[in-house]
Amino acid sequence: MRRLRQDWPALALAPAVALLALPVMDLPTWIALTAAGAAMGMMLFLMAAGLTLIFGLMDVLNFAHGAFITLGAYVAASVMGALASWVGADDLARNLAALAVAVLAAAAAAGAAGLVFERGIIRRVYGAHLQQILITVGGMIVAEQLILAAWGAQPVQVGKPVTLRGSFVLAGAAVEKYRLVAVALGLLVFAAMQLTLNRTRIGLLVRAGVENREMVEALGYRIRRLFIGVFVAGTALAGIGGVMWAVYQELVTAAVGADMTILVFIVVIIGGLGSVGGCFAGAVLVGLTTNYIGFLAPKLALGSNIALMVLVLLWRPRGLLPLAR
Amino acid sequence: MRALLHRHVLSGDRPGHPAVTALLILLLLALLVVPFAVPGTKSMAAASRIAILAVLAGSYDIALGYTGIVSLAHAMFFAIGAYAVAIPLAGGWVGWGAIGLGMAAGAVLAAAIAAAITLLSLRVQTIFFSMITLAVASFAQVLATQLRGLTGGEDGLSFSLPAALSPSFHLLPGRVLGVRVDGRLLTYYLILLAALLLFLLMLRIVNSPFGRVLLAIRENAFRAEALGFRVIVYRTLASALAAAIAALAGGLMAVLLRYNGPDATLSFSVMVDILLMVVIGGMGTLYGPALGAAVIVLAEYYLQPALQGLADALVGIPVLPALFNPDRWLLWLGLLFVGFVYFLPAGIVGSLRRRRG
Repeated sequence: MRRLRQDWPALALAPAVALLALPVMDLPTWIALTAAGAAMGMMLFLMAAGLTLIFGLMDVLNFAHGAFITLGAYVAASVMGALASWVGADDLARNLAALAVAVLAAAAAAGAAGLVFERGIIRRVYGAHLQQILITVGGMIVAEQLILAAWGAQPVQVGKPVTLRGSFVLAGAAVEKYRLVAVALGLLVFAAMQLTLNRTRIGLLVRAGVENREMVEALGYRIRRLFIGVFVAGTALAGIGGVMWAVYQELVTAAVGADMTILVFIVVIIGGLGSVGGCFAGAVLVGLTTNYIGFLAPKLALGSNIALMVLVLLWRPRGLLPLAR
Repeated sequence: MRALLHRHVLSGDRPGHPAVTALLILLLLALLVVPFAVPGTKSMAAASRIAILAVLAGSYDIALGYTGIVSLAHAMFFAIGAYAVAIPLAGGWVGWGAIGLGMAAGAVLAAAIAAAITLLSLRVQTIFFSMITLAVASFAQVLATQLRGLTGGEDGLSFSLPAALSPSFHLLPGRVLGVRVDGRLLTYYLILLAALLLFLLMLRIVNSPFGRVLLAIRENAFRAEALGFRVIVYRTLASALAAAIAALAGGLMAVLLRYNGPDATLSFSVMVDILLMVVIGGMGTLYGPALGAAVIVLAEYYLQPALQGLADALVGIPVLPALFNPDRWLLWLGLLFVGFVYFLPAGIVGSLRRRRG
């Protein structure tokens, strides 16, 4: 109850922004922009959730997180290319199946790469922030170059499934169908994460580890093994975020990970490093403001995310929903 | 004589190992004689790049190596200085005043922005600083390409320098040691002199009582605070100073290139270069980053042709030619970087010093 009393202003921020935007534009525009903002927010949440959880549990800030987004995006491009007949079929079931295969393949590839990255690189720099930042920046460079070597420097086209193209009309507003898929998947993942974290034994250990790592270790649990699991899950989520983004943009470049890293960092800073709920609130907030500002004052769109981050930090220096410690 | 030089010029900072001393002397002599020993614009350009980047890497070392804060926006400060010199010169004010004013304005602006970022983020959590600087740097890149009227966008700004620095200006008639004493030569030695003075100034800063406080903060910020030093003030000053010196180096770079654009000073690859120089040379040594600058510039000139040769030799074998493609040279520098952070975190200079005890 006390948590709720502290948290409600932070939780109400995104809906408040949405309501504030309503009087300054007509309803159809508002609906379209809100849908776009929610979809972008959900994709950002997918990409950011792993990063924030990894930081919360092991105090590791992974600057190479964007590389897993890029990997997911390129895997999506390859899978969608291989399943061109499913993607091109005018059949919702086949289209969704193609997307599902791409999501699973990207999650597997990014998760496997995450396992290698954790074992090979992160494991040796626990506790040393300076080295962590340097080594993960180095890892980001190497990973980006390896992806370029594998897929080439040219941007790769990604086919968007036929039935998910175009938009439908809702109260006079055109809403892209694909955005609904993104929102649904984002909510699904958020719900699954909340269930896992709050209702399972592993989730209990993860939450306990975030609160106090030494105590969990002292009670005899192997926190390292737990962390490997969280790291792999987090990088797999980043891969899924990459798939959704790649299909949304219908084009993949090697810079996508680095570009998204900046937004992802803004999201986790706004949310409070380590907090999954804050990450969700921050992602929706960033998605909504980006779209509203992009419509109202396109020239300001460049700086709106940075301004948002500065404002939130001035209000709550540790983010919207900081960890208890 | 040696003691005087050591105390008053190097501010009492010993290179710490005979090999380091030898390398530094070699580097300085090479920079001094390059225009006569290896005449040609290419070698002079490489030598000036080394001098300027040594200052840039040294200024980054004040923040990273001496204070322990990781900024990813250092290239932005470098670019601010370069744009501050380029904008008035490209705007038609071709004079020494434009260069001087641009340098000063760039340094002040860079210091102010650095102080603002530091105050906002370090007040909260040190780790925020790296993330926020990355966001701000990417914002600056977008800004530089969007504000086409001011910065020239992607194309950047080309300009000419005051007459005394142009190739057609001849200070002395005829040749000296087979080299024309023209504006280019003058520019080269002016840049070298400015870089040397800035480097000695940085040695002065890190060996002053102020520099000792920075080291104390790096080792244990909590303890430094307990000893009565306002950690946030010192960190802010350190990052503002580092930014101002980076901006001055940027101004020199603009003078050298007679051009400035996003790729020359602002892009993330410049930031990667800075990180490489400081980590390879040795964090927190100041001499290390200078040597690192020489290593990286030479690698830039020789690594790509070497990779091309390797790739040509490996044609027909799967996978390998793609990895040795000259466009993938960052891959190899990145691996080198990761290797250094793992196995030689003290860099070349730090490791040599440790070996000596």
